[in-house]
Amino acid sequence: MLGILRQRAIDGGLAASTLRRTRFALVSARSYAAGAKEMTVRDALNSAIDEEMSADPKVFVMGEEVGQYQGAYKITKGLLEKYGPERVYDTPITEAGFTGIGVGAAYAGLKPVVEFMTFNFSMQAIDHIINSAAKSNYMSAGQINVPIVFRGPNGAAAGVGAQHSQCYAAWYASVPGLKVLAPYSAEDARGLLKAAIRDPDPVVFLENELLYGESFPISEEALDSSFCLPIGKAKIEREGKDVTIVTFSKMVGFALKAAEKLAEEGISAEVINLRSIRPLDRATINASVRKTSRLVTVEEGFPQHGVCAEICASVVEESFSYLDAPVERIAGADVPMPYAANLERLALPQIEDIVRASKRACYRSK
Amino acid sequence: MIPELDFPGGKVGYTSEMKFIPESSSRRIPCYRVLDEDGRIIPDSDFIPVSEKLAVRMYEQMATLQVMDHIFYEAQRQGRISFYLTSVGEEAINIASAAALSPDDVVLPQYREPGVLLWRGFTLEEFANQCFGNKADYGKGRQMPIHYGSNRLNYFTISSPIATQLPQAAGVGYSLKMDKKNACAVTFIGDGGTSEGDFHAGLNFAAVMEAPVVFICRNNGWAISTHISEQFRSDGIVVKGQAYGIRSIRVDGNDALAVYSTVRSAREMAVTEQRPVLIEMMTYRVGHHSTSDDSTKYRAADEIQYWKMSRNPVNRFRKWVEDNGWWSEEDESKLRSNARKQLLQAIQAAEKWEKQPLTELFNDVYDVKPKNLEEQELGLKELVKKQPQDYPPGFHV
Repeated sequence: MLGILRQRAIDGGLAASTLRRTRFALVSARSYAAGAKEMTVRDALNSAIDEEMSADPKVFVMGEEVGQYQGAYKITKGLLEKYGPERVYDTPITEAGFTGIGVGAAYAGLKPVVEFMTFNFSMQAIDHIINSAAKSNYMSAGQINVPIVFRGPNGAAAGVGAQHSQCYAAWYASVPGLKVLAPYSAEDARGLLKAAIRDPDPVVFLENELLYGESFPISEEALDSSFCLPIGKAKIEREGKDVTIVTFSKMVGFALKAAEKLAEEGISAEVINLRSIRPLDRATINASVRKTSRLVTVEEGFPQHGVCAEICASVVEESFSYLDAPVERIAGADVPMPYAANLERLALPQIEDIVRASKRACYRSK
Repeated sequence: MIPELDFPGGKVGYTSEMKFIPESSSRRIPCYRVLDEDGRIIPDSDFIPVSEKLAVRMYEQMATLQVMDHIFYEAQRQGRISFYLTSVGEEAINIASAAALSPDDVVLPQYREPGVLLWRGFTLEEFANQCFGNKADYGKGRQMPIHYGSNRLNYFTISSPIATQLPQAAGVGYSLKMDKKNACAVTFIGDGGTSEGDFHAGLNFAAVMEAPVVFICRNNGWAISTHISEQFRSDGIVVKGQAYGIRSIRVDGNDALAVYSTVRSAREMAVTEQRPVLIEMMTYRVGHHSTSDDSTKYRAADEIQYWKMSRNPVNRFRKWVEDNGWWSEEDESKLRSNARKQLLQAIQAAEKWEKQPLTELFNDVYDVKPKNLEEQELGLKELVKKQPQDYPPGFHV
């Protein structure tokens, strides 16, 4: 079951041969070619940044440890050697500072890709993100646009405690003027990051630390340097007819595993990978619920005012008469993230929670 | 030979005498000035000479700024605009700085620098349109009064959060550096704004990045009701420059010639040496913080009067210009009455001009309007058509 694959050379010249474990490919996404090519999310992000920097001299990377250290999570590995210190800039420790500088540089026509070591630290810079980046185009009546990307790991990792585990999807996605993306697979990571860098609006790009090392099959099309995914379009990862499970980022993987378990019990679940939190693809979500009549939404973040709350509201407003069961919302526990491994596991949604909620929606359990 | 030690950051000498650096220097950093209070050049002054043409233009603009401030302030008091913020007492800072820059230099203002925009060519009509948020406003009615901006004139739209423009200026400077442009970023901040974290981040970063930025601090003594003695305990802002490795100078901000020379020199240094420079301009905020403030509640009325009458930068520069035979009483009354007339007309016209149509509510949130906003716009249009009695007369869809 576990094979060792030789890594292929990626368009853009990233050359590092590594051992990879095949991912037991339950994800039979239709866009994947039959080939055996795989890529980690880390390499997907790295290749996306590399290609966009190569194509456009205005793109540059900025953040703590992105250069000499090769990136706190190695996402920017190799870029300093390739593009030099002017385009891969190691910043002093000041989120407010480098975010402000990134916004200023974007105002002046450059295209910064600003890395936060984790989005938890972005709070020290959130004024620049919201009051400067998000609102400038509107307040200046189109005179000042801000083609900036803020990226970094978001949400829970493993055993990093309260100040390193919060999910900021709901916070940023509530702000008009921002676009908020959350990739799951390597294809998502490549396509969405390239789209984000090319986009003239400010984009918050929420990655997941635990997904960086995960390998996914990737198509030839996705490996091409012109590949780009549309912003605002969700992806149906698995088709089904009994219940719609909507989620994003790491929880997509959990939802797919839950769908397997549900299939064994005769429940056909449709799994939707949001990819884009703002704009939210309400059309795809509602079309799916109108087909299945049941909704289960999943997120790792805090429950109150979360992404799932918005999805439930959207479905109740637009597809009320199609629902055969109350909407189900699964979120992280309403507590700051504890450190101890057992407590952490209890504070986050697990596959069993998704299975139980789906069965409840199908009247198969309490 | 002074013994030296190796540490990260280089060699440093050592001493066995335990000596603390005092919290303040025995002598405050002196202030650079060229004109005395009577408008006469102090003998042996270093300064960059200013031609008659330039001097007259500078004076005219300083006087125009005074008239503009007075009339817009009154308009707010009459309820015709919702808010206004004057630059009274800081006319030399506004105009002389602007005169010393090149039009390619990118300005990131705080909010008390409309004179820079005026110098660059923003008309009194354009100022009025922004204050009234009418259809001709370049800001499309999105911002409250005095939040002007102009892409064309390289003056960034004013943003309310304090000091955010400082690290942004470092970013703009970095961008100019990467593009190898013969230009620098110029950014303004008040004494109060230097307490913000962004002041530290902006200056530190600009120094490390070796970005061509001129930081101008208008030390006018007051941050709304907070006097500088409650804002910091340092000798003003100029002493902070060296803490960041930034060349700095303190100048008499009410002396137009000194301001002009300083900003000209700083700009040259920033561009040719690719480094940031800090200028502290000493002045006094004669007006209230804004129309939402009554400063007589926290400071003595005679303090305000003193600065308004005896330390007035416009009168001081006028004396110099007149002494040179370049300006007369007749020129003065003509300028002031013309400016006043033009402003009153601009206000009357701006007031009557229709406001933005409803569609502007939904534009520019993003580069391309997203579907949900298109739907909301259609929905709102239909609603207005269906229930016109709920909307003001002449409401434009």
